[in-house]
Amino acid sequence: MSGVRLLVGTRKGAFVLTSDAKRQRWDINGPHFGGWEIYHLKGSPADPNRLYASQTSGWFGQLIQRSNDGGKTWEPVGNKFVYDGVPGTHQWYDGTPHPWEFKRVWHLEPSLTDPDTVYAGIEDAALFRSMDGGQTWQELSGLRGHGTGPHWQPGAGGLCLHTILLDPSDSSRIFIAISAAGAFRSDDAGKTWRPINRGLHSQYIPDPTAEVGHCVHRIAMHSSRPGVLFMQKHWDVMRSDDAGESWREVSGNLPTDFGFVIDVHAHEPETIYVVPIKSDSEHFPPDGKLRVYRSRTGGNEWEALTKGLPQRDCYVNVLRDAMAVDSLDSCGVYFGTTGGQVYGSADAGDSWSPIVRDLPGVLSVEVQTLP
Amino acid sequence: MIRVILPPHLRALARIPGEVQLAVEGQATQRSVVDALESCYPMLRGLIRDHVTQQRRPFLRFFAQQEDLSHELPDAPLPDAVASGAEPLLIVGAIAGG
Repeated sequence: MSGVRLLVGTRKGAFVLTSDAKRQRWDINGPHFGGWEIYHLKGSPADPNRLYASQTSGWFGQLIQRSNDGGKTWEPVGNKFVYDGVPGTHQWYDGTPHPWEFKRVWHLEPSLTDPDTVYAGIEDAALFRSMDGGQTWQELSGLRGHGTGPHWQPGAGGLCLHTILLDPSDSSRIFIAISAAGAFRSDDAGKTWRPINRGLHSQYIPDPTAEVGHCVHRIAMHSSRPGVLFMQKHWDVMRSDDAGESWREVSGNLPTDFGFVIDVHAHEPETIYVVPIKSDSEHFPPDGKLRVYRSRTGGNEWEALTKGLPQRDCYVNVLRDAMAVDSLDSCGVYFGTTGGQVYGSADAGDSWSPIVRDLPGVLSVEVQTLP
Repeated sequence: MIRVILPPHLRALARIPGEVQLAVEGQATQRSVVDALESCYPMLRGLIRDHVTQQRRPFLRFFAQQEDLSHELPDAPLPDAVASGAEPLLIVGAIAGG
């Protein structure tokens, strides 16, 4: 019988939540790596039992953990992330040059076809790849080296590469996003890169339409239509219909267009989800009401989804990697909050219920749809 | 044998129930002890000192005989009591965070 497995990264460990296809009863397994920050876990599309996890700590630095049995057991693999060549500098918050320094892995993106190949998005922003199951890591340095790298500046959370999208129709095309540099695309499997930020407007930077400097929070795509991208920017929800060559705003009637997550329905490429957050200085939902907004028109027209979500006194945040959708016939949607709740909907967002309420603050949520 | 006591998170990671006993070739120094530790427990590489700079991580300290040895040079000899195994070398995480 099919089922789903949620991979939840938190401030104090990882949790694996499993259910059958009804998605009504859940087994909670964890914490794995208790006490450590788990920025992200993700499973290989080519082998669902192969999982990778980013385990990090202010005391001890970075570990990468790998599981070959769906998260029952784990083994540490390589944790040596060394920038290619002389790292050089990016801009610090005050505009002065600052040397590139490895801090942590924000996001792990396994290859669509090879369980041993996995990409890592790191802070300070760079893209690394392992082709031996995480034992060794090499920087795809064409990204930092394409020319704009010295002008990148950190967002409030650091200069982090947080989004990696692999094009299922073209193995040489990769999209990434960096806070606060913007979105970038490679058409040659990561060798060379260029910014894809035309149409973004960020009034908090000196040139609001600059080639780089935009605080992109998250990008999502539907696998059947990888040329269409949806973006939650610092402010503004954006859409591109030409693989990032140009963007247009689709915030429409959202109560606020600030937020972190964005995702696409598994079977409806024009149905997208965001969680509006009040502002960049008040990271909680407007009016204390936790509402997911859904657009069935690819943006602009949004409806609030509230059934089962707290509609008073709720002041949590939903971080950029903390929403995921499953691919069961009735699409499941999941998100985690900084308050430690993981909410799930088995009916594409019409109704919600808490899967678990009292985890440590949730950093990331991924879902695997199991056969 | 050199005795080393690690912070709980590193003991859990390396599956070390108590203190570690290490055979160290040559003079016992911070560097030679951590070299031996990493050789026996490769999963600890990069966690006590940076992979590239080999600098001690800033939130870790080295103590022995109630003395803070953290700012001694990495190749300075450890106290005789540590070198002889009479006293352990303590690798301690800063009390910070939550």
